[in-house]
Amino acid sequence: MMAAPQAKMTANQEYLAGLHLPDGATWATAARGAALDRLRAMGLPERRDEYWKFTRPDTLTQAEAPRAALFDNGDEAEIFGGVERLRIVFVDGVFDAEASDDLTLEGVRIERLAEAGQSDIHWAKDTYGVLEERGQTPVARPLAALNTALATDGVLIHVMGAVSKPINLIYVHKSETSDAILHNLIKLDSGTEVTVLENGPAAARFNKVMEVEVGDNATFHHVRTQGRDHERRAATHIFARLGAESAFKSFTMTANGVMTRNECVIELTGDDAIAHVAGAAMGDGDYHQDDTVFITHDAERCESRQVFKKVLRNGATGVFQGKILVKAGAQKTDGYQISQSLLLDGDSQFLAKPELEIYADDVACSHGSTSGAIDEDALYYLRARGVPKSIATDLLTLAFLAEAVEEIEDEGLREEINSRLEGWLVRRRG
Amino acid sequence: MLEIKNLHVDLEEEEKTILKGVNLTVEAGKVHAIMGPNGSGKSTLSYVLSGRDGYRVTEGSATLEGVDILAMEPEERAAAGLFLAFQYPVEIPGVGNMTFLRTAMNAQRKARGEDEISAADFLKLVRAKAKTLKIDADMLKRPVNVGFSGGEKKRNEILQMAMLEPKMCILDETDSGLDVDAMKLVSEGVNALRDAGRGFLVITHYQRLLDHIKPDVVHIMSDGRIIKTGGPELALEVEKNGYADILSEVA
Repeated sequence: MMAAPQAKMTANQEYLAGLHLPDGATWATAARGAALDRLRAMGLPERRDEYWKFTRPDTLTQAEAPRAALFDNGDEAEIFGGVERLRIVFVDGVFDAEASDDLTLEGVRIERLAEAGQSDIHWAKDTYGVLEERGQTPVARPLAALNTALATDGVLIHVMGAVSKPINLIYVHKSETSDAILHNLIKLDSGTEVTVLENGPAAARFNKVMEVEVGDNATFHHVRTQGRDHERRAATHIFARLGAESAFKSFTMTANGVMTRNECVIELTGDDAIAHVAGAAMGDGDYHQDDTVFITHDAERCESRQVFKKVLRNGATGVFQGKILVKAGAQKTDGYQISQSLLLDGDSQFLAKPELEIYADDVACSHGSTSGAIDEDALYYLRARGVPKSIATDLLTLAFLAEAVEEIEDEGLREEINSRLEGWLVRRRG
Repeated sequence: MLEIKNLHVDLEEEEKTILKGVNLTVEAGKVHAIMGPNGSGKSTLSYVLSGRDGYRVTEGSATLEGVDILAMEPEERAAAGLFLAFQYPVEIPGVGNMTFLRTAMNAQRKARGEDEISAADFLKLVRAKAKTLKIDADMLKRPVNVGFSGGEKKRNEILQMAMLEPKMCILDETDSGLDVDAMKLVSEGVNALRDAGRGFLVITHYQRLLDHIKPDVVHIMSDGRIIKTGGPELALEVEKNGYADILSEVA
């Protein structure tokens, strides 16, 4: 048989070949170049990739972002509005100085990547793209490499001391065709603590990476919501590395959105560290939401928790891929993972792939995944006490989500999230 | 108060008739007891009256103060004043006992066109009622019935009854799973609610509950029908001789 002529490039290969780094040489240029090389070597995610078995990557990888209609939130107050915080606003991925607060805050240095990038020397030089690169093995995450290569803005947060209030990144969506890329880098020095809030749909299509280096004894709190826009698409990655006795606590609420892939990659590299990742997802109709989590235990006596709850109706799809990898030597690991869906009708589906891979012999790891409907006995009990069916159903739905929401430590933030979840349900009452 | 006429009920899922013509009238201010062997239809009667799914009424009627309740949703029956104390109270993880009670109370008030109870008034009321039933603050805060002992669950039922102040109370084997002390506590809770405007239907296997909650009328149920009705002495007769005598006497 004759050798086949050189195969025609696929659309993805063509797209990758045509990419070029942002103009101008800065401290970030080398990291960006390396990321682009990584990306070209691994290629963009394809439908046949095992890691994308449940989520079609095409609308996230195609050259042009699919159009996304803007969503009117009505008279709903801005989330976290009741929280004293420092606001940093991006509109369709572009920094909005007018709408943002002054970036000066005691105990922390906050800069925009776009501005920091102009200097030759910067603390972020040794950090930018490092955790993303580490997160590329054993599983490739091409969209994150693409982000490191192409992002020209985002925030760099270096926490050095006591910080008086949360830092709130607000992502506004104003253009139906926007294709935004932001790269945030957060470094917590030893013994420090910070809360980062994120909210908003961001753009028609949003590619976001957040790298978080948590120093020894430091604590990172993260609460995120992804807006209420139905047509927006998002591929987000969190890469975190945890030092000894540090803590990383992240919660995400995803209501609506035609395509969301949230990946979270955490390495526990210092002894006695704690990582909690939780999510509450609520989808109605044309909704696809994917939580993909990879937690590596590489130190002793660390604890990790994954708590993901999804409420799905009218044909919505929820995906969970969660892995706990316990390396040899990571003794006394305490790993917990639960993913559950509440299917409010027969059309919706939940696809879950929980995984454990353990190379240490003295560990406690558990995982569970369930799909179910509203508990009929509980519903009858509530109704028999006079609670109308619609309210009883909402009460049971919020109760189902509670285990995830309770992962948020701050009571005010927890209340804020609960009220949004309730609002979502109330708007859908029959 | 509660009037049941010639009530026939089938199971929805299978061809099986459970109630075969129940006739029963509970007057305001009275306590009626229903006793009967296992499988006689006692619990089915309570479920059908409260509106549980899975049953089909094929004949007859049930009215509360003259209003047909069988056509109502369960929550409408509750708002109309019907209360069922469950034999097996349901555990609801994630819903706090207080939240549950307040939601139920305000939903009923709203359905009746009344004002909602304020948070402060509710708290005062629930604390006072809980105290008499020896329900502590921790039990009020915990998720509904989760991790409660059998006795705690039944006391929680009576607390709900005391808070909601229904017109017609049905107690389905409230004595099951209770030790002597718990039975006394629960009975005192029920007796405190007895008044001229309220009717009670107490379903039980055993006479001993009726030592504490003294009935005005006792019915014996068998094979889906009330086969004998009498005074409190009828319960004593059952306790002494079992159901066999009564069953054979009627047959």
